[in-house]
Amino acid sequence: MNVLQFPILSLIAYLPLLGVFLILALPKESKGGIRWSALAFTLASFAASLWLPAHFDASTPEMQFVEAFSWIPTIGVTYLFGLDGISLWLVMLTTFLSVIAVICSWESITMRLKEYYIFLLLLETGMLGVFFSLDFFLFYVFWEVMLVPMYFLIGVWGSERRLYSAIKFFLYTLFGSVIMLLGILAVYYYHGAQTGAYTFDVLRLMKVSYPSTPLFTLLGVPFSFQDLVWLSFFMSFAIKVPMFPFHTWLPDAHTDAPTAGSVILAGVLLKMGTYGFIRFNLPMFPEATKHFVPMMMTLSIIAIIYGAMVCMVQPDMKRLIAYSSVSHMGFITLGMFALNAQGIQGSIIQMVNHGLSTGALFLIVGLIYDRRHTRLISELGGLSKQMPVYATLFAIIMLSSMGLPGLNGFIGEFLILVGAFKANYLWAAFAVSGIVLGAAYMLWLYQRTMFGALENPKNAALQDLSPREMTTLVPIVIMCFWIGLYPSPFLNRMEASVNFILARIHNEQPVAAQPVLSPERSRRVEGAAPVAQSQPLAALQGEPSR
Amino acid sequence: MTQAFNMADLSTALPEVVLSLVAMVILMLDFIVPKGRRDWLGYLSVLGVLLTLMVLFRQWGATQSAFSGQYLIDPFALFFKIVFLASAGLIILMSIGYLRGEGADRGEFYALILFATLGMMLMASAVDLLILYIGLETMSICIYVLAGFLKRERRSNEAALKYLLMGGFSSAIILYGMVMLYGLTGATGLKEIASALTADTLSNPALILAMVMLAAGFGFKIAAVPFHMYIPDVYEGAPTPITALLSAASEIAGLVILLRVFLVAIPGLQDRWALLFYVLSLLTMTVGNVVAIAQSNIKRMLAYSSIAHIGYLLIGVVAGRELGISATLLYTVVYALMTLGAFAMVILLCVGEVKGERIDDFTGLAQRSPMAAAAMLILLLSLAGVPPTAGFVGKLYLFGAAIERGYILLALIAVVNSAISLFYYMKVAVAMYMRDLPPAGLALSPSRPLRVVLFVTVVGTLVIGIYPGPFLDLAKSSIAGLW
Repeated sequence: MNVLQFPILSLIAYLPLLGVFLILALPKESKGGIRWSALAFTLASFAASLWLPAHFDASTPEMQFVEAFSWIPTIGVTYLFGLDGISLWLVMLTTFLSVIAVICSWESITMRLKEYYIFLLLLETGMLGVFFSLDFFLFYVFWEVMLVPMYFLIGVWGSERRLYSAIKFFLYTLFGSVIMLLGILAVYYYHGAQTGAYTFDVLRLMKVSYPSTPLFTLLGVPFSFQDLVWLSFFMSFAIKVPMFPFHTWLPDAHTDAPTAGSVILAGVLLKMGTYGFIRFNLPMFPEATKHFVPMMMTLSIIAIIYGAMVCMVQPDMKRLIAYSSVSHMGFITLGMFALNAQGIQGSIIQMVNHGLSTGALFLIVGLIYDRRHTRLISELGGLSKQMPVYATLFAIIMLSSMGLPGLNGFIGEFLILVGAFKANYLWAAFAVSGIVLGAAYMLWLYQRTMFGALENPKNAALQDLSPREMTTLVPIVIMCFWIGLYPSPFLNRMEASVNFILARIHNEQPVAAQPVLSPERSRRVEGAAPVAQSQPLAALQGEPSR
Repeated sequence: MTQAFNMADLSTALPEVVLSLVAMVILMLDFIVPKGRRDWLGYLSVLGVLLTLMVLFRQWGATQSAFSGQYLIDPFALFFKIVFLASAGLIILMSIGYLRGEGADRGEFYALILFATLGMMLMASAVDLLILYIGLETMSICIYVLAGFLKRERRSNEAALKYLLMGGFSSAIILYGMVMLYGLTGATGLKEIASALTADTLSNPALILAMVMLAAGFGFKIAAVPFHMYIPDVYEGAPTPITALLSAASEIAGLVILLRVFLVAIPGLQDRWALLFYVLSLLTMTVGNVVAIAQSNIKRMLAYSSIAHIGYLLIGVVAGRELGISATLLYTVVYALMTLGAFAMVILLCVGEVKGERIDDFTGLAQRSPMAAAAMLILLLSLAGVPPTAGFVGKLYLFGAAIERGYILLALIAVVNSAISLFYYMKVAVAMYMRDLPPAGLALSPSRPLRVVLFVTVVGTLVIGIYPGPFLDLAKSSIAGLW
C-alpha cells in the first residue's frame, strides 16, 4: 500500500466539485462560460482518471492509491479512499460518462443552466466518492449526497411527470439506504464489542467474522446475525440495482429524467447497487451470501425474463430501454451470485458494458426526442433513410446491448452464463431465454423506428447527427468494440480482486469464535478449507446448500 | 438546608444574575428609547446574551454546588445553558426585523425572551424539585405572554390561551408527581430522593404512579405524543420567533429536567421508564412524521416535524447510558440549529401580504434568491437526516445508541420515519426549485440580523455535519458525573 503518494483519487473526485465553485462564481447569463467550464472540469477528471489503469498493479487484490486521514477519531471514522480491480473500471466509466453527459446537455438544456451544471458536477463527485470510499461513514455520506443532485436533475429538468418520478426515486433510494445504515451500525458495534476497536473502516470490519448461527426461524428459514445485516445491505442495493420487486421507481425515473440524467442513472447509479453487493455483501458476510443464493438467483431470473417481457409491450422508447435495464441488471446479479470466478468477472465487466450500451441507448432516444419531442415508437418509423449515421450508430449499440459477439455485451453475458451454468445449469437455461427475448425486443424496436417507409410527415425533415452529437456516441461505440474484441486489459486488472473475494466466500471463517456449529458442519469446514483456497470453484459445482 | 445565604452562592449563579440584570435594564430602557428605534434594544439584548455567555465560560469544566446543594454547576448544565443562550441570541436577532414588520417592536419582547432563558438556565442547573419547578414556571409564564404578543392577531391570542391552559395543566401534573416523590422519600433533592429509595419503596405502586405523572407532565412540555395536541395550534398562532423559541429552546429545557429527574432521582426504575419512553418515542416520531405530510402551512409542518424530532431525541433517553445520553445532547444542538434556521427562513419570507407560512409561498425561491433557497435546502436535508449535514450525524449517533443496546425495532422504525420525513421536507424543495416564480415576484425581508441567523445556522449545520468530532467529544464530556 502506497500511502504517502499524491492523492490522485481525491483529485479525480473533487475536480468536479472545484468546477461547481467556479460555476457558482460565473454570472447566470454567461451560458457559454458555464458549459465550457463544466466540460473542462469533467474532462480534467476523466484525464486524471486515465492515470489509474496505467499505474494499476493488476497482481494484487490490495487497495491501491490509498489515502487515509483520521476524520472523526471519537467514533473511528477515517477519510479512506482506495481503488481495487472492482472499482477501477466503474470509476473510469463514471468519469467517461460524465463527460458525455455534459456534451449531450449542450443544446438540449436551455433553462437554468447554471444550476443544472452545478448539480451534474456535484453528482459526479458523489458517484466517484461512492466508488472510492473504504470507510462506511464516508461511503454513506457520498451515497446519499449523490441522491440530492439526481433528485433535482429529474425534478427540475425532467419531462411530464417529473415531480412524481423525482420524489419516488428519492424516497425509494433513501428508504433503502437508511435500512443499510442500521446494518452499518450493527456491524460497527459488533466489531467494537468483539475487538474493542470501534471503526467504520471497511477493510478492518471485514477481518472479523460475523455470527452465522441462527437466532430465530421465520417461515422455516433460519436467520442469523449475519443474515440480518446482509438483508439490511440488500435492501439498499437491491433498490438501487434495481432487483425485481423493487424496480418500480426505475421506469419512472428514467423516463422523466433529462437525457444526461438517464445516461448517468443507467450508466452509473444502477451499478452502485451491484457494486455494493460485491464490495460489501460478498466478502463481508460470506455465510449469509451463500444462504441467500437461491433467493438472489430467483429474483435475478425473474428480473431478466419479466423485464424483457415488459419491454415487448412498451409504446414509449425510453421506457422500453428503462425496462431493458431491469433485465440486464438481472444478468449482472445472476453472474455475481453464481459465486465463481467467471460469474463475478462477467458481472463486473457487464456493469461497464451496460453502462456504455444503455447509456448510449438513452442518448439515442434523447437525440430523437430533441428533434421530435416525442418518445413514442408509433410516431417514428423509417428514420434510417433520413438519418443514416444515426441509424448506423443505433444499430451498433443495439447489437452491443443484445450481446452480439465482437461487441462488449457478448463478453459479459458469455462469462455470466458460463458462471451460472457452472453453479447450476437450470439458472443458465432460464437466463438464456432472457437473451432471446432481449434480441426480440431490441430488433423489433429497431425495425419499428428505423426501417420501413417514412410515413409520418413530421419525420421527413429530420436532420442527421451534428458533429457535437457524434462526439457523444462515437467514443462509446469505440469502447464497445474495444471491450468486445480485446477484453483482456479489462479482465486482467480485476482478476486478483475477484479471486480475493472468492477466497473470502469459500474459505470458511475461523470457527473458534462460534462453538455452536454442528459437528457435521465443522468437519466439512476443516476438510474443505485447504481445497477451497486452491480451487474455489470446486465447492460450488452443485447447488450451494446450507 | 441550614446553611445561610452567602456571596459565594451568588457568584456561582453569576451568569443568571447578569442575564436577569440585562433583562431588567432592557425593560427600563423600553420607556426611554423612542418608538421606531427599538431595534437597539434587540441588539443590546444580544450583547447581554453574549456577556452572559462570557461569564458562563468561566465555569467551563467546573463542578460546584450552591444554595444548600439545590443548585449545581456541572458540565451537563453548562452544555445546555450554552444551547439556550445561543438559541436566545439567534431568536432575538431574527425577531428584530419581524417585530418591525408586525408593528410590534416593543422592548418587553426581548426582556421576556431573556427571562424565559433565565428560567431555562435555572432548569439546567436545578438538582432540587423546588428550583426545578421555579425554573420551569419562570420559563413557561414568559412564553405564555410571548405567544400572545401580537395582540390584534386572533390566532396569536388563541395560541396564548391554549398554551396557558395546557401549560398550567401539565405543570400541575408535574407538581403532583413531585409531591408523590416527596411524600415517598421525604426529600426534594434529586440525589437525596435516589438514596432514600430503598428496594422496598422501589416496588411501591405510588412511586410508579409518580413516575408516570412526571413522564406525562414532561411529555406535555416536550410535546411528546399523545401530549402534543396543542402544539400545532400554538406553533401556528404564536409570533414566528416565539415558535422558534418554543421548539428550539423550551422543548429542550423540558428534556433537560426530564433527563435530570429520571437519571438522577429514579435511576432504580430505569427498566420501567425506559419502556415508557420507548413507547412514547415510537408514537411521537411516527405520529409527528405521518401527520406532517398532510400540512400545507409550513409552521404547522415544522410543528409536527419538531414533534417527530422529539421522538428521535427520546431514543437516546431510552438507550440511556453514556452513549444514549450523549447522543441526545448532541442532537439537541443539531435540532436547535436546524429548527432555528428553518423558522428564520419562514421569517425571511414574511413580508407584507405574504406571511411565508404556506408552503406555496416558497414557490420559485430558487429563481428569486438562489442563496436563500440553497440555505433552506441544506436545512431541510439536515432535518431529514441526509448527509453531509448535522442532522445525519445526530441521527447516526442516536440510532447507533439504540442498536448498541439492542433496540433494533426502535431503530428500524426511526429510520423508516426519517425516510417518511424526507417526503414532506422535499415538498418545500419542490416549491422552491421545481415551480416557477409567480409573476408577482417574491419579496424577502430585508432584515440584516435575520441573514446573520441564517448564515450561522446553515454554516453550523454544515460544520457539525462535516466535522463533528469536537461536538461529539463535547457531548460526551458533558455527561461525565451526571449520575
